[in-house]
Amino acid sequence: MTIPPEPLERILLRVQRPGRYVGGEVNAVHKDWRAASVRVCLAFPDVYELGMSNFGLAILYDILNRMEGVLAERAYAPWPDMVAAMREAGISLYSLESFRPLAQFDIVAFTLPYEVLYTNLLQMLDLAGLPLVSAERDERHPLVIAGGHAAFNPEPMADFVDGFVIGDGEEAIVDVVQAFQSARQADRASQLAALARVPGVYVPRFYDVHYHPDGTIAEVTPNRADAPYPVVRRVVPVLPPPPTRLVVPNIAVAHDRGVVELQRGCTRGCRFCHAGMVTRPVRERPLEEVLQAVEDILQATGYEEIALLSLSSADYSRIGELVTALTERYADQHLSISLPSLRIESFSVDLADGVSRGRRTGFTFAPEAGTERLRGAINKPIPGEQVLEVAREVFRRGWRTVKLYFMLGLPGEEMADVEAIADLVQAVRAEGRQVHHRRAQVNVSLSTFVPKPHTPFQWAGLTPLSDVRARQQVLQQRLRGGGLKISWNNPRITLLEAALSRGDRRLGPVIRRAWEKGACFDGWDEWFDDQAWAAAFAALGLDPAFYAHRERGRAEILPWDHIATGVNKAHLWREWELSRQTTSRPDCRGQCYGCGVLAAFGALWTPAWACPPPADEGGR
Amino acid sequence: MQRLRITYTVSGALRYASNLDQNRVWERAARRAGLPLAYSGGFNPRPRIQIAAALPVSFMAEAEWVDLWLLRSVELQVALEALTTTLPQGLRILGAEEVDLTEPPLPARLQAAVYTVEVEAVIPAAEVHRRVEELLAADSLPRTRRGRAYDLRPLVERLWVEAEGANELALGMALSAQEGATGRPEEVLDALGLGGGFYRVRRQRLLLRPE
Repeated sequence: MTIPPEPLERILLRVQRPGRYVGGEVNAVHKDWRAASVRVCLAFPDVYELGMSNFGLAILYDILNRMEGVLAERAYAPWPDMVAAMREAGISLYSLESFRPLAQFDIVAFTLPYEVLYTNLLQMLDLAGLPLVSAERDERHPLVIAGGHAAFNPEPMADFVDGFVIGDGEEAIVDVVQAFQSARQADRASQLAALARVPGVYVPRFYDVHYHPDGTIAEVTPNRADAPYPVVRRVVPVLPPPPTRLVVPNIAVAHDRGVVELQRGCTRGCRFCHAGMVTRPVRERPLEEVLQAVEDILQATGYEEIALLSLSSADYSRIGELVTALTERYADQHLSISLPSLRIESFSVDLADGVSRGRRTGFTFAPEAGTERLRGAINKPIPGEQVLEVAREVFRRGWRTVKLYFMLGLPGEEMADVEAIADLVQAVRAEGRQVHHRRAQVNVSLSTFVPKPHTPFQWAGLTPLSDVRARQQVLQQRLRGGGLKISWNNPRITLLEAALSRGDRRLGPVIRRAWEKGACFDGWDEWFDDQAWAAAFAALGLDPAFYAHRERGRAEILPWDHIATGVNKAHLWREWELSRQTTSRPDCRGQCYGCGVLAAFGALWTPAWACPPPADEGGR
Repeated sequence: MQRLRITYTVSGALRYASNLDQNRVWERAARRAGLPLAYSGGFNPRPRIQIAAALPVSFMAEAEWVDLWLLRSVELQVALEALTTTLPQGLRILGAEEVDLTEPPLPARLQAAVYTVEVEAVIPAAEVHRRVEELLAADSLPRTRRGRAYDLRPLVERLWVEAEGANELALGMALSAQEGATGRPEEVLDALGLGGGFYRVRRQRLLLRPE
């Protein structure tokens, strides 16, 4: 085949960054189409540069392509200019390996890492010539499944997706493929029934949702005897071997580097953190396996940077040894090592110092809130003085730029907390100037807190946007002048994210209507179409504020209550109460608080877990 | 230190990688091949890789050059085999030679580039021939590109009709490729009234000024 095939070559002359649409990467897997009995297209509903940085997709690509008789290819959301060009030329959405239309695959598997890309999923289905609504597809169409962190509340996308994989995908995807194989000659209803028998898979069509007159949920009931209730998240007992033949893009992408996952899960229990709640328990990868993976990745990819992925790198029990081993082994090979999510403590500075080897671009940490009080309420207790001490040490060791991440609108935030952000930032800048004078730089990122399902803040209301804007303005005014740069996000996008995050099934038609009115790439400021969304909500008689701003009570049935992460609702409620008393609780490595994960998954326990052996589970 | 000069072709997916991207593709290929790539010193070390001439996105090429500097000498054949097995589809090595470290950098010696440009024949061949003659006879061809006025004519060294088919035709052109005086094939197409539609550019070779 000539790459790119006609008539693609024609339109590639006219679109931005055509390298997104032609594949041809090192380590892309091209299996024999005819020899494969199950063909899966892994689809990412955002642009190539972001999708290529998604590690979940890389894991599934590796696992599926290792399976005998199974083939996996990739597709990403084309940028709007390409969408228009493809439609005009009559080109259907295709995979980057074989350039085959998605409609020819058996399974199209979407990764949904965040909510503000839901319209892109519709865009991709439509561009693939597939009916958008699950009920309108049959056994002649690919099975459309989805997973990823946004899938923990699958309800807003329930109309469009045949089955959601909840939780760790490594084993579940294999089961899904086998379920499909067993039912491939059957009609769609039987295929869905086979899918629903896979543990951790949620088939929305097998559940009915009943509402109270006020719009809250009265009941969610399975409409088949064999549909599980609740649907329990999949957990892999030990982290499977890491992928090492990573696909190396030919064009620059967001995170253009090799990745090794050090550990999954986090014991810190930050109350705002979705990932920290839904990926429990902590499972560490053995040091030797990490070192071997780094070596294999470097040989297979030629990457000059490796990221050691974790929700809290410094908590990896052998992090010191790991950093020493890596810096010694690769001292003369111009390898950069990045440790995302470093905690604000001097040990983090030592670690970063160890791996940085001269390249000191910027040191990032996330106090999240301006006062100790509020940091206690979100369970990320760090004394203000410690922030300054760490900043001082960072500047002293040669970094000139410090990046600070804060969230506005955390539950319980008052204006004093906002003012304290400004004070803290200015104090950090002062520390920088002591060392680097006018060359010290503090970059401040102000995001707006969005309450997420399955977290202690799932009951909280999104702060009114007028308050968010007022707080942003206070900081804009107070954080002017040399050596400071602040960025914040569009509150209207935050509102949409908040509504989609905690929405119910009735949002399906809203999402569809917004897409029909032109909404796509909703997380991108340049594409976000507030009017399309406002019109879509209005047309369906729904109010985004009902989902976003309303504080929920304890008794309310939440739209995602039939999806069980293993962390029980009583634990989350207790944490929500403690937050309102601004009480923090230490890392659960020292003491088990009985979040429920051991009760749910104790049978899978291994010594690689940070949890105590199941028998020792603490009080609840 | 060793300086390798590689002659290669560009096609397939690599056509759509920018010059900066292609630089990184060579860096990673060299690292996969286990070649001891040299890096610049300083705060932000860069690999010592020099592509002779940036290839515009979507262009194919039949004989490009890149220089790689290695910390230790590697036998030419060994380096070549290691690289060949690890290049992405779309880059193909035609040959390699060792070059003296004191030789001037390739971009400084660049003089012209020869292209074959395929376009769909929207006008009769005789008319195309007439326009080519007309363009070559002109003293100047004032044009603007990205808001800047310039004269295209001195940048066109040669221009000819290479092949004529029923629905397509191929033009050959040798265009200046010096710093600040680079002729672009699409501009020539435009000047001929053949722009706007489908075209496929293949850079046949680069011409260097004699040392």
